[in-house]
Amino acid sequence: MNESSSELFFSSIGPLVQGAITGTIPLALASFAIGLVLALALALMRLSRRRWISSIARVYISIVRGTPLLVQLYVIFYGLPSLGIVLDYWPSAIIAFSINVGGYAAEVIRAAILSVPKGQWEAAYMVGMSRSRTLSRIILPQAARVSVPPLSNTFISLVKDTSLASLVLVTELFREAEQIAAFSQEFMLIYLEAALVYWVICLVLSTGQGFLEKRLDRYVAR
Amino acid sequence: MSPVDPPVTPPVFLPATPPTDAAALLTVRGLQKSFGTTRVLESIDLTVNRGTVLALIGPSGSGKTTILRCLNGLDLADGGTIDVADYPTVSFDAVPGKKQLTTLRDRSAMVFQHYNLFPHKTVLENVIEGPVIVQKRNRAEVTAEALALLDRVGLTEKKDSYPFELSGGQQQRVGIVRALALRPQLLLFDEPTSALDPELVGDVLRLIKELATEGWTMVIVTHELEFAREVATEIAFVDGGLIVEHGAPKEVLRNPREDRTRQFLHRLLFPF
Repeated sequence: MNESSSELFFSSIGPLVQGAITGTIPLALASFAIGLVLALALALMRLSRRRWISSIARVYISIVRGTPLLVQLYVIFYGLPSLGIVLDYWPSAIIAFSINVGGYAAEVIRAAILSVPKGQWEAAYMVGMSRSRTLSRIILPQAARVSVPPLSNTFISLVKDTSLASLVLVTELFREAEQIAAFSQEFMLIYLEAALVYWVICLVLSTGQGFLEKRLDRYVAR
Repeated sequence: MSPVDPPVTPPVFLPATPPTDAAALLTVRGLQKSFGTTRVLESIDLTVNRGTVLALIGPSGSGKTTILRCLNGLDLADGGTIDVADYPTVSFDAVPGKKQLTTLRDRSAMVFQHYNLFPHKTVLENVIEGPVIVQKRNRAEVTAEALALLDRVGLTEKKDSYPFELSGGQQQRVGIVRALALRPQLLLFDEPTSALDPELVGDVLRLIKELATEGWTMVIVTHELEFAREVATEIAFVDGGLIVEHGAPKEVLRNPREDRTRQFLHRLLFPF
């Protein structure tokens, strides 16, 4: 690395980290939060005994998982305006990522709910609980622990997927990187630097996952 | 609410004291149950008076556990009726509503073979969950009652432990306390010692025996013939989804009237 490129490396850290803090991270957090709510609803719909309700969720999940995220992003950002629905960069990106996360996380949550032993439902019914109370007080807390590792995967993927938002003009980490790279013509250096910032974010998330797993450990039926 | 609806608040008894009354507490008529095309209960008729300790014995697959589960509404019978205490008759000739299942669960409490304690709640939280959350009773009062019950089974110092920190025998005693804290009139035990290591069986059986001598009405599905002989006031032999023989322990165990009972007892006494 010669002197000017090391200078460029250090001077670029600021904008890249800023892109992460003002773009990547809030985009990922907002989409994950909304996506989780959506996923829980879809998981419960999938588990419904009413066929038409579970079918709706099944079709939704199939579409989300069966189409590329980039296409979903383009449909919402470039497609919807032709129907007269014009959304800003941020809302359209958050909507697209939430819809996507919702589809993937729904299957995770559904599997986690199903992994709770049947005896837990029976004990809750025995003490007189209704189905919804059994879910909220007995089943979901136990399912939460089971779903931490796979949901962490989903979240880490989401953090990296938000780089696609640069294509719909959201100013985030990767868009910053593109601009610096285009301006300086140091593509290798800048893109590797961007990769490094993503990696550091994901390292922090993995550590967080470890803590969360430990904390929720008591929630597991053994 | 129509006049036959159950009262919203359960009546108050002294902590863990069995209600006393001579009348029939439980009456089952023509109870039927199939799983798919397999008929598990042909037609069960059963009357359990207050203070009775009824042991259900019989070969595996005979339907004895299914009877118990139907009594608590965990399995839905396909036909027949169940009367518990002063509640309106629950009929299974049509699919029963939620309210009817509540009726069954309000008056009976069950102890499971595999304890089924809530793993994310402490011992004390396990015990007070039903009374506080479902029955909406006063938390302080319920907690005091729960602590007294835990003290009684020797688990006071475990009140803040989680189930995984307990031995099987301790977990099952918590399971029994959880059932008692619901203030039921009828206690249902589903093979309460089958999952325990042999050296832990004694504690649990002793506790059940104590409850029996206090006058609790209980239905116990069990493989422990010796225990049934000692504790039960009545034994019913179940086979092929029918109650084949029902009477005093001495009669059923020593002088069975039916061939099927005799064969079953013989197999148990001389397994090799």
